[in-house]
Amino acid sequence: MELVLFVGLAAVAAVSGLLVVVQRHALYSAMFLIINMGSLAGLYVLLHAHFVWAVQVLVYAGAIMVLFLFVIMLLNLPREEVRWASRDLKRILAAALLSLVLLGELVLVVGFRSAGPSAGPALAPGFGTTETVGRLLFTTFLFPFEITSVILLVAIVGAMVLAKKHFD
Amino acid sequence: MHVPLSAYLILSAFLFVLGVIGVATRRNALIIFMCIELMLNAVNLSFVAFSRFLNSMDGQIFVFFVMAVATAEVAVGLAIILAIHRNRETVDVAELNLLKW
Repeated sequence: MELVLFVGLAAVAAVSGLLVVVQRHALYSAMFLIINMGSLAGLYVLLHAHFVWAVQVLVYAGAIMVLFLFVIMLLNLPREEVRWASRDLKRILAAALLSLVLLGELVLVVGFRSAGPSAGPALAPGFGTTETVGRLLFTTFLFPFEITSVILLVAIVGAMVLAKKHFD
Repeated sequence: MHVPLSAYLILSAFLFVLGVIGVATRRNALIIFMCIELMLNAVNLSFVAFSRFLNSMDGQIFVFFVMAVATAEVAVGLAIILAIHRNRETVDVAELNLLKW
């Protein structure tokens, strides 16, 4: 059952990820990226990461992608025209070839080390729940948690400054 | 039948390389940005998979921080793209060549 769910979700994630990269219009790419994030959220549930699943759906697919869609529809761009000039084609082929080499390296290094059908160790009770994440965030990871609030404040100020039309 | 760790890692590597191809190939700044988000999601999947197979919550906490930093990065990056569009009427990164010699 877990294998069936994994194969289905992984197929959806892989196909939608591929469609994100090859679309001509930015709006369709954003839609496929939302589908990709949704399928990854399903994989997080399979991996007993319930808090991460909720945050992925709420924050990533629900806030970040909505912000993307706002900007895409605000800019109202036409489709990206395909310039098959020889310089562009060489660049695209070189990038694709080197990326496939990277994929081969990654798969060879980490892909078959743990390919046995073991279920993994027995998990601690409360693994992946909100309570466990909350307790860790306020005890062991308190300093990064506070620094994250500073990062978000800096991002808010930066976005406001960049979006202003004129300073008076 | 259980899913091994390597299956999650191969899927994560595949999504990461798709993001790399998108960043290196596309010319639209918004699509490049979305491919960066695809790469971040692939790494999040790796973290959560390792967290489950090593019985350690550190991976999921790190995913929380990656998502927070990604939120901040998307906010500022989209503001930069909007500012570029306001000045140059394009988001084509091939047109942004003022610093090119």
